[in-house]
Amino acid sequence: MADALFWAGGGLAAAGALLALIGALGVLRFPDVYTRIHAASITDTGGATLMILGLCLISGLSLVTLKLVLVWVFIMLTSPAAANALANAAYSAGHTPWIGSFRIMQDNRKGGSR
Amino acid sequence: MTGYIPGFDANLALDAILLVMLVVIVAAIAATHRMLSAVILMGLYSLVSAVWLVVMDAADVAFTEAVVGAGVSTIVLLGAILLTRGAAAKVSGRRRFLPAVLALGVGAILIYATLDLPDFGDPASPANAYVGRAYLEATGNDMGIPNVVTAVLSSYRGFDTLGETVVIFAAAIGVAIMLGFGERAMADRTIEPLAGGPADHHVVLRVAAKLLIPIIALYAFYVQFHGDLGPGGGFQAGVILAVAVILHALVFGLKDTMAAVKPKFARGVAALGVLLYAGIGVTCIVNGGGFLDYDHLFPRHIEAQIPDWILGPADPAHPHHWGQHFGIMAIELGVLFTVAATMVTIFYGFAGRSMEAPQPGAPRSGAA
Repeated sequence: MADALFWAGGGLAAAGALLALIGALGVLRFPDVYTRIHAASITDTGGATLMILGLCLISGLSLVTLKLVLVWVFIMLTSPAAANALANAAYSAGHTPWIGSFRIMQDNRKGGSR
Repeated sequence: MTGYIPGFDANLALDAILLVMLVVIVAAIAATHRMLSAVILMGLYSLVSAVWLVVMDAADVAFTEAVVGAGVSTIVLLGAILLTRGAAAKVSGRRRFLPAVLALGVGAILIYATLDLPDFGDPASPANAYVGRAYLEATGNDMGIPNVVTAVLSSYRGFDTLGETVVIFAAAIGVAIMLGFGERAMADRTIEPLAGGPADHHVVLRVAAKLLIPIIALYAFYVQFHGDLGPGGGFQAGVILAVAVILHALVFGLKDTMAAVKPKFARGVAALGVLLYAGIGVTCIVNGGGFLDYDHLFPRHIEAQIPDWILGPADPAHPHHWGQHFGIMAIELGVLFTVAATMVTIFYGFAGRSMEAPQPGAPRSGAA
């Protein structure tokens, strides 16, 4: 049982590491700021979630599991907010998306309501 | 985990990966001309070295590296960039030759010196054989707290730690002399965009910060009061507490933060911390011991009055635990006050000045 949990947890952690790798590749290869932020936030959320889930399975039911869950909650609060702030800053600095501006963004820039 | 894959030392592989990452980051810092990239890479360097220190079982040092190196110094350096230029001056190849030779020479000497260092965890090394071993063996008896690092830091070497606290306080004074306390920012009349208005893009950031700031402050106090039992203590807790204030300033604006935590209050608390620390030492002298000798923190008749439910019944063989417990707790509190207030004061100094710095029309590093 413990061995099965170890392998399941290890598999999840490896899947998380794969997502982190994909995210890193995306940051390097994607064409503009917004798509790169999208790739990076996969690392923060998906990759970290899978890794923490895997570590929870490895550690079994203990105080470590609770701490890992708290770390996960913290990451879930901070990473999306950071990605949002980054995209916000890029937009404020005048970066247009690679695929062209959306209508709603143009409205927003003119000072209209969202 | 060596048992799962034969012939594969996971710790060694982890060490190698982390050290290679450190070398790559340092090379990137040396190569970049943009101050912003260099500062962020330095934060990354601190984070990776903190991870490496955890692998080396130095949890307290890793904690300090993470909060100070990756957290606060990054913010202070960003403040310094705001006050200066965003790019390094271009230097000709000939003028870079001598510094490069000097740096490489010093590096080679240091690497040569490491050959003489004892092996990691070598029980016969000087650090582990004499004083360190004596501390490890005597801590349980002398203080009765599990974290030997805290015991050494705040009791055995309490005088050294007082010196460190004074150095941190002196740093606050130094920054304040150069940059001021940042109080002029409070009188700033510039109109900031109204929260919740149509031009307000920072709702997500504000909500997240509102959720996080109390948790960060709570965690600081956990680190503070858990320092006897696990990694942590006044230095780490102080920085984390300061980060809560700094995060508030970064998200809600410096003026709101200065209204909540006044610069005058911050500098008063910084001085109070040093006073509390030294005052504990003097109290020990008054009660018949040496400076910072917590065994004599309380006079005997007062120590006998402390009820059992606080720390358990007294052990007749070692009657001095309470003085040590309370002494360590009190001086750690002094360290917390000084460190937290110093970080906030330094941040106020930089941030208060950056509002006065000439702002270029376009965002400085906008075109990434």
